[in-house]
Amino acid sequence: MAVTVKYFASLRERLGRAEQRVEARAGVTAADVWAQANPGLPLPGNILVAVNRDYARLDHVVRDGDEVAFFPPVTGG
Amino acid sequence: MTISVRDTPFDPYAELRAHQERLGQQGKYGAMASFVGTLRDHHQGDAVRAMTLEHYPGMTEKYLQHIVVEARARWPILDALIIHRYGALAPGEPIMLAAAWAEHRGAAFDACRYLVEELKHRAPFWKHEMLDAGQRWMERNTP
Repeated sequence: MAVTVKYFASLRERLGRAEQRVEARAGVTAADVWAQANPGLPLPGNILVAVNRDYARLDHVVRDGDEVAFFPPVTGG
Repeated sequence: MTISVRDTPFDPYAELRAHQERLGQQGKYGAMASFVGTLRDHHQGDAVRAMTLEHYPGMTEKYLQHIVVEARARWPILDALIIHRYGALAPGEPIMLAAAWAEHRGAAFDACRYLVEELKHRAPFWKHEMLDAGQRWMERNTP
């Protein structure tokens, strides 16, 4: 199954990309998607996760066509 | 209930007036509380020359909408408004406007505060500051 992965702000800059596609096995979690998209790079501790534009936990199971986003703490307002 | 995320400067006072005229209902509300957030020219001891605000199109609007719906469920407000910038800003420019209309001041103040605090904690925006010496991402908001 295919998942779209997005990165924002300082994380996007650090990784050098804003978006990528990942081919993943059924049943993988958001954490698995990170590991597959960023081999050997641990997920920084302060990073937030959203699945289909809703905040989600790292153990959220993703489905085909999902959009998984990783980003630092928000600083609007 | 109106939310707007935009990359162009806005006049919060003109927006408040226009929104209130569109709202109508004169005589129904006795209170309007508003908050305007403006870009300062200094932060953590450094002069700030400019700022770029990044957002997550789709998710940002969705969370602003959630926050307005939650405020309406918690307090008896007649209407609420949130406007927030993204893109390039100069010091002195408004970053955001939040406002709530209610019969009485308590609900208006509380709902307006809720809109601002929840936006700061949950709406996906990220500030990138241009300083005299270099640039940096803001790591967190003030509590």
